[in-house]
Amino acid sequence: MKFRRGDIVLAVTVLAGAAALFLPLGGAGLWPRADMLLWIAALIVAALPALDYLARPIAAFLALLGAVMAGAALYGLIGAGARGVHAYGLWLGVIVLVVLSWRAMALSAALAAANKSNLLHLAAPILLGVWTIFMWQVLTVGFDIPRVLLPPPSDIAASMVASSRDLALDFVQTFIRAMIPGYLIGCGAGFIVGVLVDRVPFLQRGLLPLGNLVSALPIVAVAPIMVMWFGFDWQSKAAVVVIMTFFPMLVSTIAGLAALSRMELDLMRTYAATYGQTLWKARLQAAMPFIFNALKINSTLALIGAIVAEFFGTPVVGMGFRISTEVGRMNISMVWATIVVAAVAGSAAYGALALMERTVTFWHPSLRKVA
Amino acid sequence: MNSLAQRLRDGHALPVLAIVAVLIAVWYLGAIWLNSQRIIDLYEADEDMKGKWTTSDLIRDTLSMNRPVLPAPDQVVMELDRSVLEVAPTSNRSLLYHAWVTLSAALVGFGLGALLGIALAVAIVHVKTLERALMPWVIASQTIPILAIAPMIIVVLGSIGFVGLMPKAFISAYLCFFPVTIGMVKGLTSPEPLQLDLIRTYSANEGQIFRKLRWPASFAFLFPSLKIAVALAVVGAIVGELPTGAAAGLGARLLAGSYYGQTVQIWSALVLASLVAGLSVAAVGWAERITMRRMGGRA
Repeated sequence: MKFRRGDIVLAVTVLAGAAALFLPLGGAGLWPRADMLLWIAALIVAALPALDYLARPIAAFLALLGAVMAGAALYGLIGAGARGVHAYGLWLGVIVLVVLSWRAMALSAALAAANKSNLLHLAAPILLGVWTIFMWQVLTVGFDIPRVLLPPPSDIAASMVASSRDLALDFVQTFIRAMIPGYLIGCGAGFIVGVLVDRVPFLQRGLLPLGNLVSALPIVAVAPIMVMWFGFDWQSKAAVVVIMTFFPMLVSTIAGLAALSRMELDLMRTYAATYGQTLWKARLQAAMPFIFNALKINSTLALIGAIVAEFFGTPVVGMGFRISTEVGRMNISMVWATIVVAAVAGSAAYGALALMERTVTFWHPSLRKVA
Repeated sequence: MNSLAQRLRDGHALPVLAIVAVLIAVWYLGAIWLNSQRIIDLYEADEDMKGKWTTSDLIRDTLSMNRPVLPAPDQVVMELDRSVLEVAPTSNRSLLYHAWVTLSAALVGFGLGALLGIALAVAIVHVKTLERALMPWVIASQTIPILAIAPMIIVVLGSIGFVGLMPKAFISAYLCFFPVTIGMVKGLTSPEPLQLDLIRTYSANEGQIFRKLRWPASFAFLFPSLKIAVALAVVGAIVGELPTGAAAGLGARLLAGSYYGQTVQIWSALVLASLVAGLSVAAVGWAERITMRRMGGRA
C-alpha cells in the first residue's frame, strides 16, 4: 500500500484531534459528553475519504460533513465555557478544523474543476466564507477579545436585528436618496457629454488626458465644499457622487465610441447610414462593454462618495453618519452592522449591473460560451 | 516649423491647454456668480454704497472675498504660495508639512499593500484550492465600499495604542492590495500555454517557471495596477485623517477648513492633494518606463 502525502497529513490530523480530547479546556473542565461524541464522529467521517474506493462526490461530501460536524462540536465547546490561551484542547481542535476544512475545500474545488455545474463552483468560495465567519466567532469569543476591538459575528447579527429600523432609514437616506440620483445624473451627464464631445475631435483629444488625470485624483475631497454649497442633507452627497462618477463615464464613453474599426464604419457607410444611424446601430453597441465597465466602477465609487461625504456633516441619519457616531460611542458592532449593509448593497448593485451587462452585451467574446 | 505646427494641431497639448483655459475662465465666472449674492447683500446694507455700486466693484469684491463661496483661482494660488513657500516646511502651518504627513502614510500603506497583494497573487496562482475559494471573494470585495471602515480602523487601532502614521497606512494598504492582487493574478497567468509548454520541455520546475516566465510576464499587468493602487493609497490616507480630528495631514486641513468655513484653505488643500496624487501616479509611471526599458520592452 502506497501512502500519499494527503493521507499522512490526514492521519496526523485525526491523531491530533483524538489528543485534543484529553487536553485541558480552560474554564470548561472536561469535554461535555455530547461534544465529545460529535467530535469523534466528525473525525471518523472526515477520515473516510482517505479510502480509495469512494466516488469523488461522496468523498467531497463526507469531508464537508466532517468539517461541519467538527465545527459544531467546537462551537458547543465554546458554549460550554472553554476560554483563554490555556484551553489547549480547544486550540488544537481549531487547528484540526483548519486542516479538515482545507481538505473539504480542496476536494470540492477539484470536483468543481472536473464538473461544469455552476452550483459546485460556488461551493468552495461559500465554504471559505462560512469558515472565515466561524473562525472569527471562535477566535474572538475563545480569546476573549474586547468587544470594542473586534466584535464576534453573533454580536454584529444581534445589532443588525436590534437596530434594523435605523439601518433601514440609513440605507434609504444614503443609498436611495443620495447615491442613486447622484449616480444617475453623474453617469448620464458623463455619457451625454461623451457622445457630444465625440463629434469634435479637438475636444476629444483634450478631454481624454484630462479625464484620465482626474480619475486619479482624490475627488472625495470635494465633499466639504459640496456640503458647504448644498447643505447637510442628501443634495450635497448626491453632488459629490455626480462629480465622482462623471469622469470615469466620460472617459469610457469616449474610448468606447472609438472602439469600432474602420471596416465596420465603412460597412455602415456603404449602407448610406446617417450619423445617427451609425451611432445608434453600430458605435453605441460597440461602446456598451466600456460603458458597463464605467457603470460598474461607478457603482462602488458612488457608494464610497455618498458615505464619506456624510463624514463632513449630515442630518442625524445616513450610513456615514451612523459609522462616525457609533465609532465615537465605541459601539463597534453597530459600525460593523452598517458596513455589512453597505457591503450587501454595493455587491447587489454591482451584481445587478453585471446581469444587465450580460443581457446587453451578450455578443461580447468574454461572455460567449465556448461550444 | 511646419512639423511643429502639425504636431500642435494633431497632438494633445493644444487641446488640453485650450480646455484648461476654458475651465479656468468658467471658474472665474462661477466665482463671480456664486459670490455675487453675498456681496450685493453687503452693498445693500451699506448706506454709502447702496444703489451706487458698479459692475466692476462687484467683480473686484467677489474675487477677493475673505470666505468666498467659491474662491477665485488666484486666491487659491496665493494661499498655496503663502502656506507652501513662505512658511518653513517643518512648521504645522505649512501645507507642505501636511502633504508630507499624508504622503508618508500613503507610501507606507502602498508598500505594504503592494507586497501583500503580490504575495496573495503568488499564492492564488500556485495553490489551486485558493484560486477557486479565494478569488471570487477578492473580486467581490471590489464591490464593497471599503473606505467606509476607515474611521473604525483609526479609532480601534487608536484604542490599543496605535496612533499616527500606521493606522492610516493600514487603510491605504487595505485599499491598495485588491487591485494589485487582481492585476498580478492576471499577469502571472498571462504566459500562454505555448510558452509554458516550451519552458516545461526545458524541464524547468515550478520555481524556475515562476522566476523566468511568470514573474517577468506579470510586469506589464503589475504597473497599471500599481498606478491605481497608489492613487487609492492617497485617498485612503486622506480619508483616514477625517475621523477623530487628526491634528495633521491634508484630510485634517480639509476637515478644519470645513468646520471654520475657510473655503480658500479647503481649496488649497484640495489642489495640493491632487498634486500629491498626480505626482505619485507619475512616479509609478516613471518607474514603469525605466523597468520596461531595462527588461527590453518597447515602452
